[in-house]
Amino acid sequence: MLGVLTGFIEELREAGVPVSMVEVIDSMRAVEAIEIDNRTSLRETLRATLVKNLRHERAFDTAFDVYFSLVPNMASEPAQLPETGDGRLEEPPDDQGSEEFDLDGLLQGLFEALADLDPDSLRNLARTAVDQLAGMEPGRPVGGTYYLYRTLRRLELQAMQERLLAELIGDDDLSDFDQRLVREDVEARIEQLREEIQEEIRRRLVADRGREAVARTLRRPLVEDVDLMHATSNDLADMEAAIGPLTRKLAARLARRRKKRTGRLDFRRTVRRSLATGGVPVDPQFRHPRPHRPEVWLVCDISGSMATFSRFTLQFTHAMATQFSKLRSFAFVDTVDEVTDFFGPGVDFGSALKRVTTEAEVVWMDGHSDYGNSFETFVSRYGSQLSPRATVIITGDARNNYRPPRGKIIGEIAKSARAVVWLNPEPMAYWDTGDSAMSHYSTHCTSVHEVRTLRQLEEFVEGLTLPAGTSALKG
Amino acid sequence: MEFESPQVVADALRSVEYLPNDRIAQVVFLAARLDKPILVEGPAGVGKTELAKSLARVMERDLIRLQCYEGLDESKALYEWNYKKQLLRIQADADHDWGDIEHDIFSEDFLLARPLLEAIRAEEPVILLIDEVDRVEVETEALLLEILSDFQVSIPELGTIEASTQPIVILTSNNTRELSEALKRRCLFLHIDYPDPAREQEILTARVPGLSEHLAAQIAKVARSIRNLDLKKAPSVSETIDWARTLLALSVEDVDETVLGDTLHVLLKYQTDIEKTAKELASGVTD
Repeated sequence: MLGVLTGFIEELREAGVPVSMVEVIDSMRAVEAIEIDNRTSLRETLRATLVKNLRHERAFDTAFDVYFSLVPNMASEPAQLPETGDGRLEEPPDDQGSEEFDLDGLLQGLFEALADLDPDSLRNLARTAVDQLAGMEPGRPVGGTYYLYRTLRRLELQAMQERLLAELIGDDDLSDFDQRLVREDVEARIEQLREEIQEEIRRRLVADRGREAVARTLRRPLVEDVDLMHATSNDLADMEAAIGPLTRKLAARLARRRKKRTGRLDFRRTVRRSLATGGVPVDPQFRHPRPHRPEVWLVCDISGSMATFSRFTLQFTHAMATQFSKLRSFAFVDTVDEVTDFFGPGVDFGSALKRVTTEAEVVWMDGHSDYGNSFETFVSRYGSQLSPRATVIITGDARNNYRPPRGKIIGEIAKSARAVVWLNPEPMAYWDTGDSAMSHYSTHCTSVHEVRTLRQLEEFVEGLTLPAGTSALKG
Repeated sequence: MEFESPQVVADALRSVEYLPNDRIAQVVFLAARLDKPILVEGPAGVGKTELAKSLARVMERDLIRLQCYEGLDESKALYEWNYKKQLLRIQADADHDWGDIEHDIFSEDFLLARPLLEAIRAEEPVILLIDEVDRVEVETEALLLEILSDFQVSIPELGTIEASTQPIVILTSNNTRELSEALKRRCLFLHIDYPDPAREQEILTARVPGLSEHLAAQIAKVARSIRNLDLKKAPSVSETIDWARTLLALSVEDVDETVLGDTLHVLLKYQTDIEKTAKELASGVTD
């Protein structure tokens, strides 16, 4: 058992989940306290002790499925490594001959199991399905997606779904609303079948190739390590949950300034302090001054090459809008337009995004990025409204299509604002290659950061220190 | 009260109408067995606070609650010296030797116990609920660390006060802010999500007396349907319970578009959400 557990923790760490020594010890102690042959119990115990962040649960579940899937009785046989293939699994009576396989019978069985919500029979049938349809070849180093696809293709889930729908609705004349509820119910059941099949395939892969190898194939980057330029819509949805806390942190960083004794006298604490000096208030205490409200201007490149990244930055903008009372956002391609109003209070992200892409006037000539012209327009239109309290955050890859970069304009912006920060989603090694004009701009910025992943964005927010926002310093 | 297995925990919680899933029962069992705090995370209104309350009822313990908020400090969370009483003491004994007085005014008589200290000093074991811990600043979080790992409080003038009985500590967080690693490391992590329709149906029947099975099932399905939409604030379990009560009061037997449209404001709290849901569900669009 100890061996499997150590291997499992090793795999979690490999996948990027931070597991500390203390947590390992906790998990071992916890495992001692439970009935180890109960899989749910073991799963939840390890989850509670090892994974402290919701974002890491998917990595945990994958690793758990691989490491604790087919050990039938772990207590009696510690660290048992599977050596043979399918034969070793605790199978349902192994009598289905492979030569005459009854696909229709299987489909009918699955249909009944789904209609009656019978999890045991569903699991057994999923096994049969994988047995007969996946055509798994021992030794092939694949992650199982291919087998899953092969199995599902033969099962024709779409047809199954239609059939279930028809069965559950029956002859009743249901309204659209009721039909929708039934449809969602059916979708959930089909999804359950899919998961059963996927799990079964993983079990067999592990039996075939060993835990480490399968775990390695299945490993996916954690949400915080996904490249923002190539994130899938699923990744973006996962990121959304992480953005909220991050913007709050950013708000706190920007609002931070040196403590000054400007607040009102705090009577209670003053008297409390005076006790150390026998009741004489030698050390007056003050209330904290009201927090400083930072002003943020976000300027985002939303051109085609930046599609995924700009979706992310706009998501970020949307989350920021709830944190900063004075947030102004701008979008540009080859000219710039203010989009602050699209992200007003109570607007959901979907409709804001739609308005930005349809209503914002960001194309002036040909719809290819033109940073120089965009910044020039920005300064001539909005420059006079910049104040020394405003922090300007520019996001973009600085790929200017070989047009004049006009970097000095950034210098002008920097002069009238508190700071100009540039976030570039490209790897630093690519800056200034091809049509990237990064160095023309970076010399004028207060700071530039490579932000390819959520983790880097987090680091940027963590490390943010800006010059004080008083106009006296700017003179 | 000792729990022998997660099943016992589950049954006990059920007896007070809190319906735990496997995960909740398992983590509570572990917390009691290993004396570790539980950090409960999840969307608002899925029963995080309720878990602590139900546990207190099941184990017949007192519940001590510390509601966190921005600006919470040690004088409100841990302890405070009763300075008014101390002042009186000093004035009453103005002609006494200062050394005696000083020794005197920093004794337990002058100490005001705030929730954390109170939980530690309790004679009977208690449940300590630290609610919405994500609302305090990172710096204040550190106040909790000593309690969470060693169940003790250090007071400079008095020394260390250790727990005479082992409290069960439950922290809740809405995840508006990433909690510090140090805090998380000391806790068992429990994420509670919206329940699946089957469990939600059970919760509804348990919590709303007089609700028919059919209506409960329908409500649970509608709730899932609405949660699948991309809303600003999805309906929480407490809101579906409210909705069930509303429907019961209106003697509705069957939910349809009209009923839903008329009572949507019980489930959803933002006008944009209400409009969106009404549009989506009423037209029965397929996607």
